[in-house]
Amino acid sequence: MTVYLPIAEMSVSIFLLIGLGAGVGFLGGVFGVGGGFLMTPFLIFIGVPPAVAVASTANQVIAGGVTSAYAHWRRRTIDLRMAGVVVAGGFVGSVTGVLLFGLLRRLGQIDLFISLSYVVLLGTVGTLMAIEATRTLLRRRHSTAGRRRLHEHFWMHGLPFKVRFPRSRLYISVLMPLTLSFAIGILSGVMGVGGGFVMVPAMIYLLGMPTQVVPGTAQVQIVFVAASATLLQAIQQQTVDALLAFILLIGGVVGSHFGSVMSTRLRGEQLRGLLALLLLAVAGKLLVDLTLTPGDIFTVVTQRR
Amino acid sequence: MAPAGVLPFLLLALLCGLMARPAAADPLTADVSSHLIAITTGFTGSDVVLFGATDGPGDVVVLVRGPEGLATVRRKGRVAGFWINVESVRFERVPAYFSIAANRPLTEFTSPTLRQREQFGTSVLRFEARREPSPETVERFREALLRSKIDEGLFVSQPGEVRFLGERLFRTNIRFPANVPTGTYTVDVFLVREGEVVAAQATPLVVSKIGVGADMADIAHRYAALYGIIAVLVAGMAGWLAGIIFRRN
Repeated sequence: MTVYLPIAEMSVSIFLLIGLGAGVGFLGGVFGVGGGFLMTPFLIFIGVPPAVAVASTANQVIAGGVTSAYAHWRRRTIDLRMAGVVVAGGFVGSVTGVLLFGLLRRLGQIDLFISLSYVVLLGTVGTLMAIEATRTLLRRRHSTAGRRRLHEHFWMHGLPFKVRFPRSRLYISVLMPLTLSFAIGILSGVMGVGGGFVMVPAMIYLLGMPTQVVPGTAQVQIVFVAASATLLQAIQQQTVDALLAFILLIGGVVGSHFGSVMSTRLRGEQLRGLLALLLLAVAGKLLVDLTLTPGDIFTVVTQRR
Repeated sequence: MAPAGVLPFLLLALLCGLMARPAAADPLTADVSSHLIAITTGFTGSDVVLFGATDGPGDVVVLVRGPEGLATVRRKGRVAGFWINVESVRFERVPAYFSIAANRPLTEFTSPTLRQREQFGTSVLRFEARREPSPETVERFREALLRSKIDEGLFVSQPGEVRFLGERLFRTNIRFPANVPTGTYTVDVFLVREGEVVAAQATPLVVSKIGVGADMADIAHRYAALYGIIAVLVAGMAGWLAGIIFRRN
């Protein structure tokens, strides 16, 4: 059974889309990330125009974000003050990202930019997580229970405009979370991702937030940033395929639920190790695609009027 | 005052006159089975039958063209190990769809000059390149554009078959693939005798999205902000609903 996607202007099997949503949702649920970084490349792979894939993924990411933000809200594991700061930074970032997207699209370099961003980002985060997970696994094996500091201090902590975040037990410069969320906002505007896979490690390692409040706070940021990216893409490029997003999220909601059930059976460092491998695999695939001689060196883009 | 019985005769005479005149003036008449191709949610492509009649022997060529648009062709080159877009040529007046059909191979009854003039075939389609770099470059990019359109199934390079039923009646099948772009198409029918076009007829054909999908695309373009807000709210509500459903587990 095929369904005609009105904005992507193509017919796709509805089961393929639901399956894709469920598969990505499952992985997202296991690792506690939105899965947007997997969805966009897959959609492009099945022939959805990159611009539509990015905008529709941003739309679809909202649903999963709301589901988990709601769960965290009920468990009181959200730092609301921090969430307010990162939403503000993320909003400005996503506006910048969508404008940048439009510019790159006109220059004909949007596909390259999307691929390269993925390679750099997934590669860096994946490598860092792989190192950290290996270390934790080794430490556990040696079982040396050393006292750990709350977080390391480095140059970023010398910045002005210090603000207290009681829920996270932090007293840091507001510029740190602002800059971070601004950068991730740009990514979601350009790449159609919520940015959870960058936000979560950044909150833990760079901001030094306690692990319990990180996922919930990150999800609040994801919802707002994905929502503003969707709205801006809809207004500026008219590339949001709401039907595509809706079909994907049906599969995604179910998949992510079973994924999060699955995640309770795995240990934290095992999860992070596996996620690291997944990120590195996607980055590797995209890098290889960029360097391999393409089947056709010509590409055609048509416009109306 | 004319007797009542005369009126039907007058009408009949008038009707005969109307019917007889076009038949004498038009050596070619043709029409399509449907003037509207509706793209619904389950659209997988569509066939349209074109039928017509000529006033005597001759060859028939049918051209179907989609709305014209702009096409940007980009060439990738190797830069520092990566394949990235390095050169581009923009073509204007590129039809979104093109197909041709004839009752026998075009080379048997048309001259290259005629094919060129009437654009019989994908290879003689005239698109205009903006900012011409050099004729050779334009030619290479043109070939790439044709190749891409043919691969997508939107340009049909192999002429279809026009079948004559007897000497004067003919018909042909026009296939529109699932990815056919929307817009107003023209179906041109040519009657060729002794290497010259002696009659031609143009019929419009509309490809349009119908139903929920059409309304969605329409709203997305006309009320972009409203569409964006609805898209965000629907996704948000769906996520919230899922949160409530799975809370029990």
